[in-house]
Amino acid sequence: MNRTTEEKTGDAVLDVNSLTIAYETRKGDVHAVRDVSFRVRQGETVGLVGESGCGKSTIAFGIVQFLGPNGKILNGQVLFQGNDLVGRSERELKRLRGDRISMVYQDPMQALNPAIRLGEQLMEVLTCHQDISQEEAWERSVAMLKRVYMPDPEDVMQRFMHQISGGQQQRVVIAMAMLNNPALLIMDEPTTALDVTVEAAVLDLLEELKQDFQTANIFITHNLGVVARVSDYLCVMYAGELVERGPIHDIFQNPRHPYTMGLLACVPRLGESKLDSVLHPIRGRVPSPAARPDNACVFAPRCDYATEECTKALPAMVEIDTGHLARCIYAKEIDTQPRTHRGRRRVAERKTAGPSTAETDGLLHLDQLKIYYPQESNSLVSMLGLGKKRYVRAVDDISVRLAKGRTLGVVGESGCGKSSLVKGIIGLEEITGGDIEFMGFDVTQPVRERDRKLIQEMQMVFQNPDSTLNPSYPVGKQIARPIRKFKTVPKHQVKDEVLRLLKAVRLGSAYYDRLPRQLSGGEKQRVGIARALASRPDLIICDEPVSALDVSVQAAVINLLLEIQKSFGASMIFIAHDLSVVRYFSDDIAVMYLGQVVEIGPAEAIYSPPYHPYTEALLSAVPIPDPDAEQKEIRLSGNVPSALDPPSGCRFHTRCPRRKEMLPDGGAVCETEVPPWQESGRHRILCHIPIETLRRLEPVVHQEVA
Amino acid sequence: MTQPDSSIPADSQEIIVPDTDVIRFVRLRRLWEGLSVLFASKIAVAGLVIVLFWVGVAIFAPLLTPYSPLEQDWKHPNEGPSEAHLLGTDELGRDLWSRLIYGARVVLVVLPISENFWVPGGTAIWGVFVALVVGTTLGLISGYYGGWLDEITMRLLDAMMAIPIILLFLIIMTALGASAMNVVIAITIVGTPGIARLVRSLTLDIRTREYIRAAETRGESPWYIMFIEILPNARGPIIVDAMLRVGYAIFAMGTLGFLGLGMPPPSPDWGSMVAKGREFILQGSPWAALWPSLAIASLVVGLNLLADGLREESMRYQ
Repeated sequence: MNRTTEEKTGDAVLDVNSLTIAYETRKGDVHAVRDVSFRVRQGETVGLVGESGCGKSTIAFGIVQFLGPNGKILNGQVLFQGNDLVGRSERELKRLRGDRISMVYQDPMQALNPAIRLGEQLMEVLTCHQDISQEEAWERSVAMLKRVYMPDPEDVMQRFMHQISGGQQQRVVIAMAMLNNPALLIMDEPTTALDVTVEAAVLDLLEELKQDFQTANIFITHNLGVVARVSDYLCVMYAGELVERGPIHDIFQNPRHPYTMGLLACVPRLGESKLDSVLHPIRGRVPSPAARPDNACVFAPRCDYATEECTKALPAMVEIDTGHLARCIYAKEIDTQPRTHRGRRRVAERKTAGPSTAETDGLLHLDQLKIYYPQESNSLVSMLGLGKKRYVRAVDDISVRLAKGRTLGVVGESGCGKSSLVKGIIGLEEITGGDIEFMGFDVTQPVRERDRKLIQEMQMVFQNPDSTLNPSYPVGKQIARPIRKFKTVPKHQVKDEVLRLLKAVRLGSAYYDRLPRQLSGGEKQRVGIARALASRPDLIICDEPVSALDVSVQAAVINLLLEIQKSFGASMIFIAHDLSVVRYFSDDIAVMYLGQVVEIGPAEAIYSPPYHPYTEALLSAVPIPDPDAEQKEIRLSGNVPSALDPPSGCRFHTRCPRRKEMLPDGGAVCETEVPPWQESGRHRILCHIPIETLRRLEPVVHQEVA
Repeated sequence: MTQPDSSIPADSQEIIVPDTDVIRFVRLRRLWEGLSVLFASKIAVAGLVIVLFWVGVAIFAPLLTPYSPLEQDWKHPNEGPSEAHLLGTDELGRDLWSRLIYGARVVLVVLPISENFWVPGGTAIWGVFVALVVGTTLGLISGYYGGWLDEITMRLLDAMMAIPIILLFLIIMTALGASAMNVVIAITIVGTPGIARLVRSLTLDIRTREYIRAAETRGESPWYIMFIEILPNARGPIIVDAMLRVGYAIFAMGTLGFLGLGMPPPSPDWGSMVAKGREFILQGSPWAALWPSLAIASLVVGLNLLADGLREESMRYQ
């Protein structure tokens, strides 16, 4: 990542000049991308960031002229190695795509053909563009698979895509893209669908490939942490316009456009908590392509610095530094510090933490909770009920205590049992063993058999804003339903109560009659929160409530949840795969691996040594939105083992990077014996390695304190 | 200029105070949106015009003809269209226009339960409606509960679907005897499995949505979830399917009538009109067979156009 910032034109692979792309719709042309210019050089990665709907993918498709029947390039040039691609014939373009220009998409499941063996798909890329023999294509494909660190490449060539894991699929897609040694590689959210540990490994691979092949890369993502890790140069997109571009370090240290500042201010950094910092969401939402003004700054309606000047003309790019430009008339004068994460450290007003455990009673008590799913097998023996039954141990022996008014964060890779755990608590999943005690009552029975008063006290906020609301009913009705059902207010006051709740989640009464499809993602999520609050619960379970939202909206929803917790005094269980968000939000954190809690304790204790080796690996994989943060590189090998047949002894021993170096005889004990709980105050770690040894581990992230 | 104004609430939305007029306006507009989906498709409008034509003439049948469908004009049997008889007469001299529109009445507008008693709604419509109620309930239960219940219901319905439709109609009608009520029963029995399958597949998809989880965590009863939460979201495909099914039912009624298993004679029935008129086609008066055949064909095509247009337009709408 050590590159010079001076502008050289000699080795530019791609030069995009004032590109404007429009889609034809019934209402006329809609400009999806306006006047975008940037340059990609050999061996350099240009990151394109911005929220959804900002035209990032349209640019990617525009470069390869793959816009679909209703898309067209209105203006501008796409110079690829000096030649303009705009207006080229389909045949010429076909020869370039997949050969000189490759693309990697978000979802490997859709990029690979499930009916064709992976080997054939790889070889086709070669034989299609080059005149080489099958044998040679085979050998080169195997060599490329080796290059992307696929175990058993010969074997993988023979397999179908469903026989390898998601991370491996993405490696195959990357191998496919690199086979013809392209000059330009366009990646559209290549790691968004992957788990954080897998993502880290894929990003390492991309960095390495860039060094070796000297490809010019375009990396599209919405994740500032990811872009900070891989890019040399950054383009920030907003509403179809390039609002700021420049070398990565310049932009992160000295953002000059209010939108860039806003983006940086609304993501929590790893280690920050609600106690010492505030997230600043960007108000409003990205305007739809039809609603974008032609002669004003597009960001002005959401901008805190906007003045009347901003609405008079479309601002031009202002050069701040060599190669660092921002599309803002105040770019040179704005004081960026108070709003970026560097400036917002240590806020004066401390938000109130949840009361400490000692002060209050427990609200929820899980004791050796087990949730097993019987594994359905289609053999005749098992159909007749004979033979040994196999179980997926989704939740295996979990004991957790949650105090009133506090927030418990649950983290772990996908498939580790987070969702099963909350489903068990809320009664949607039958419990195989153990106890759940809620407000002193036993709630091991499924929700249908629970007392109405208990149901009322436990509500849930869901992940996907598009499916959290019933599309058939207006918002008001959906919030009113739990109020009526639990009779929290007399009948004639229901409407007032709904309006009060709408106000509490910062939505006006105008939303009462709207249908879910008329709302944006963030608004839907707010209505979901209002619905959960309607029964006035003591415990709110949030299952990834912000992971499907854009970052600016994410911050607003997090702030809203915090505020609600403060005013309603509810306890929360907060599940997320984003470790920075969990840390920011929670008082206590439980780290789960393969159905078990491996580490639990106060949030600040989890994020500093002693670490459980798994926690350490998770933390070192988190993408940090700061290119200067030094982060330890610990990468887990292999995949999460099957919960059908978990490893003996310590479940993490198959992937543990620490046991060989920190335990005598290479950690043989881990393979056979179940590790003990080691305690240090309220912080507990499930590991054979003595806690004193773990304490000597270095912190994962070195951050200079500002 | 340097410090943003922190008093502006983050992410604030413009708040409009709705008065009742606004709300009424919103509801009207929603209705208009629904209708505009229909009117946006030329195909759907064409279908709608055909269907409305038949419904209209059936409703106002007594006003549209001076003859009763049973009145026999002995002097003019088997005649072509003339001033006295708009579409001609059949072999007994009955007015074909009267018989045609009174026949449409039985199909689309009235369901005769006994000789003196009828209910509004039409035989084909009632048949499909009852099939819809039964099929939707079975489909919802199967899809929502799953497991053994689903397995048993679906296998039974599969077994029914394995019997050729015409054969099934014949079996039911010969067993029950020819009457309008029994045609309704036959259409119900034949239509139920298909509707149940459709609703089940829709339910399987919808029940995985998070708003169903939310309802379950509220402790809602299964009936509430099935009929209030799931069913309204399945209505689009169900409505389209029901329209197609009314078309099939009209077709089936024609077939039954043709085979002598429809409405008991001498009541005007399109199928039996074709069957009777068939004998005279080659004798130079094809009218008695032609008009009811055209009626059946146009109505079925009209319903299909309406259903297809709606389906396409609503898909584009989403």
